[in-house]
Amino acid sequence: MSAVAGGGERLAVDRDGWITRAAIVAIAALLFLALVAPLWSILSQSFEDRSGAFAGLANYARFFATPALSYSILNSVLVAGVTTLIVIPLAFVYAYALTRTMVPGKALLTGVALVPILAPSMLPAIALVYLFGNQGMIRGLLLGESIYGPIGIVIGEAFYCFPHALLILVTALSLADARLYEAAAALGTGRRRVFLTITLPSAKYGLVSASFVVFTLVVTDFGIPVVIGGRFNVLATDVYKQVMGQQNFQMGAVVAMLLIVPALASFVVDRLVQRRQVALLGARSVPLEPRAKPALDLAMLAFCAAVGTVILGILATAVFASLVKLWPYNLSLTLANYVFEDFDSDGWRSYWNSLRMAAYTAVCGTAVVFAGAYLVEKGKGFAAGRQVLHLIAMVPLAVPGLVLGLAYVFFFNAPGNPLGFLYGTMALLVVCTVAHFYTVAHLTATTALKQLDPEFETVSASLKVPFYRTFWRVTVPVCLPAIVNIAIYLFVNAMTTVSAIIFIYTAQTKLASVAIVNMNDSGAIAAAAAMAVLVTATSATVKLAEALLSRLLLWRTQAWRRR
Amino acid sequence: MVMATKWFGAALACAAMAAFASTAAAKTQITVYTALENEQLKPYKEAFEKANPDIEIVWVRDSTGVITARLLAEKANPKADAVIGLAVTSLILFDNQGMIERYAPKGVEALKPGFRDAANPPAWIGMDAYMSAICFNTVEAQKKNLPKPASWKDVLKPEYKGQVVMPNPASSGTGFLSVSGWLQSMGEADAWKYMDGLHENVAVYTHSGSAPCVQAARGEYVLGISFEYRAAQEKTKGAPIEVILPTEGVGWDLEAAAIHKGTKNLAAAKKLMDWLASKEANMVFNNFFGVVAYPGVTKEVPNYPKDAEAKMIKNDFAFSAKNRDAILAEWTKRYDGKSAPRR
Repeated sequence: MSAVAGGGERLAVDRDGWITRAAIVAIAALLFLALVAPLWSILSQSFEDRSGAFAGLANYARFFATPALSYSILNSVLVAGVTTLIVIPLAFVYAYALTRTMVPGKALLTGVALVPILAPSMLPAIALVYLFGNQGMIRGLLLGESIYGPIGIVIGEAFYCFPHALLILVTALSLADARLYEAAAALGTGRRRVFLTITLPSAKYGLVSASFVVFTLVVTDFGIPVVIGGRFNVLATDVYKQVMGQQNFQMGAVVAMLLIVPALASFVVDRLVQRRQVALLGARSVPLEPRAKPALDLAMLAFCAAVGTVILGILATAVFASLVKLWPYNLSLTLANYVFEDFDSDGWRSYWNSLRMAAYTAVCGTAVVFAGAYLVEKGKGFAAGRQVLHLIAMVPLAVPGLVLGLAYVFFFNAPGNPLGFLYGTMALLVVCTVAHFYTVAHLTATTALKQLDPEFETVSASLKVPFYRTFWRVTVPVCLPAIVNIAIYLFVNAMTTVSAIIFIYTAQTKLASVAIVNMNDSGAIAAAAAMAVLVTATSATVKLAEALLSRLLLWRTQAWRRR
Repeated sequence: MVMATKWFGAALACAAMAAFASTAAAKTQITVYTALENEQLKPYKEAFEKANPDIEIVWVRDSTGVITARLLAEKANPKADAVIGLAVTSLILFDNQGMIERYAPKGVEALKPGFRDAANPPAWIGMDAYMSAICFNTVEAQKKNLPKPASWKDVLKPEYKGQVVMPNPASSGTGFLSVSGWLQSMGEADAWKYMDGLHENVAVYTHSGSAPCVQAARGEYVLGISFEYRAAQEKTKGAPIEVILPTEGVGWDLEAAAIHKGTKNLAAAKKLMDWLASKEANMVFNNFFGVVAYPGVTKEVPNYPKDAEAKMIKNDFAFSAKNRDAILAEWTKRYDGKSAPRR
């Protein structure tokens, strides 16, 4: 706020300034209640005994003294490590094919590779039971090993993590300076050497970042081990067993704290990597355009087709599983497995609950996220407040869903919490899901906002137009594609997520993903497959609708981009 | 300012939408915690609501162990109005902790003496009995050339290694009544020795008591330790299984019902208990269970084992209730811990 401005103008600026401040404080307070306070209560809970008295490190000591539990750390690290070693090379080659070669059908190949994002993580595990279980169609391929345990978990997690690694590596490999490759060609450098000295180093940050992301996803995923883990215990299922099976909340809190470690490490590495990645390309860089190399392109096509076939094969198996009457004795097709009332007390209601929850999350979440990002990016003054808001918005990336859900139990169900009335409501599920997926949505919004010239705000300020009018009349319409993108992201994740909400759903608010876990637990695996397929089909429909809508929007609102 | 109000309005609408999501209909809703099987929930609810149109049941369903643990955890701040279809051992445990509102339902005297709490007014009333049973997949057994077991001892045979599946007693009531049955009929030392041997053959301990039978029905495993009701149901659905009640006798438990102390819907909860004690209700139970609380309600359940009542061991519910925690701690220490890497 400029002190030299005239009286009338100062009033206007002041009012704008105060509204900005109030809005920043409001959103930061919201995030504080939805994120920081619950996390604090889970942290303190891990240092308390069952009666709530301070117990120091006693719970941790007991954890490490219980072989059953401490073994789980090794198991989790083992499956996460192996999955990372499998997924990263596969995703790297796939990303290389998409960015550096001229394989035909790139759009289709990208679409197929992203399919796992649309499915709840239980889906690949259920499909694996039908493929490699004791009655599996192709169980011979396992050479007598059992799918229930590390093998099943690793295959399932590979399916689930592949698109996440791919997206990071595609971004990393898209950033390439053609001048380096031209220089190498001029100097007659061999292909191998070019790959090892230019391509790989330029993607190294992407590789590190992707590895950490995959490792974290595996350690914190709950859906796959709960279906196919057998007697192989991992940390994520331990939290569930400790808390849901034995109501031992303190031990659950200890395991949750351990789950945060890889997530936090991955978060820090990602921050460091992002900072360096930017410096990679200078202003004079020339973007690399891939050229046709028939032999390489063909090999890459074969590779991508193979990976795509596996992904679609797993999806198709789940669809098939949902349609078979009684595997393996009666293979006639039926829709009976979709009559969920026969398998689960809530029947179809949990699916409708999921739809409602996802819709509320998309609408309310997008509004809060975009408003918050706008204030951080375009707000005037109150730098400290904007910094704090941006910082809190980054926190969810380091918090696994299981931890967040458990934290909500501790915080919102604590006797005496004035917000306790929220416990057990749909509203809390929405708040939890928005908080869980806040960071990526926030980053999408800030990226879109960064592309807008700050002149808009300057000009409207000098025209004495209040900032919120500029926001509504200029910023929102211009950013509409990003806004739709955020809404869809929140919707799809709200449909498929299970980790956070498994702790806070109640009878009235049971969700489809919880129903999948429950039905599978009671042995109704075909019905669980049916629900998983239904959820996947829903997210796919929404995603396709987005593609159509954004094309329309681009055409209608983004005319300014065209010259 | 107009815009600001608009945004404030939108925020309000969001909040209202979220609040609306949690509101409910006008009937008296009672929250009933239960471990009943999924397919029983709908018929039980419909029959009760037909007799009491002003009350609506809202189920909270999970395995016996989970529901028990949850009710204990919520003791200070209870959410349940009534508990039905839960193992009587759990209800005795709750009664010992002062969590039960004693009430004598209309016509409770008519129930079989073993099926209601002897105290007056009773803390709980029984609904039906259920017992451990083995689901044995005959098709897979033939393929693998495995003999049909007749006794619990038979299940220890090395040829069943990796073919047996049983519920985890910490989460499943069926798992617990099997374990408690072995402890009572074999004596503690022999029973633990038996379970050590069994552990060698068990491929996986499941979360629910139904899962082992369903998995045996699908041929995923040959032999599932489950309970007789699920076995009969799967067989009726056409699964190639045989229902075996081992010769040594089987552990069993009552499914019982009680009112939770401190309920805000006491009148409705009492009506639920009245209905559960009625002959009509027991006829609904009898569609699923062969042995129910009301005398003379004995319609034959398809594929239900004929000799069920004779195979039930002499059962001391007080023993199970009193030692539940200790038994589960011992079991978890012995077997849950060994589930580490294993080929």
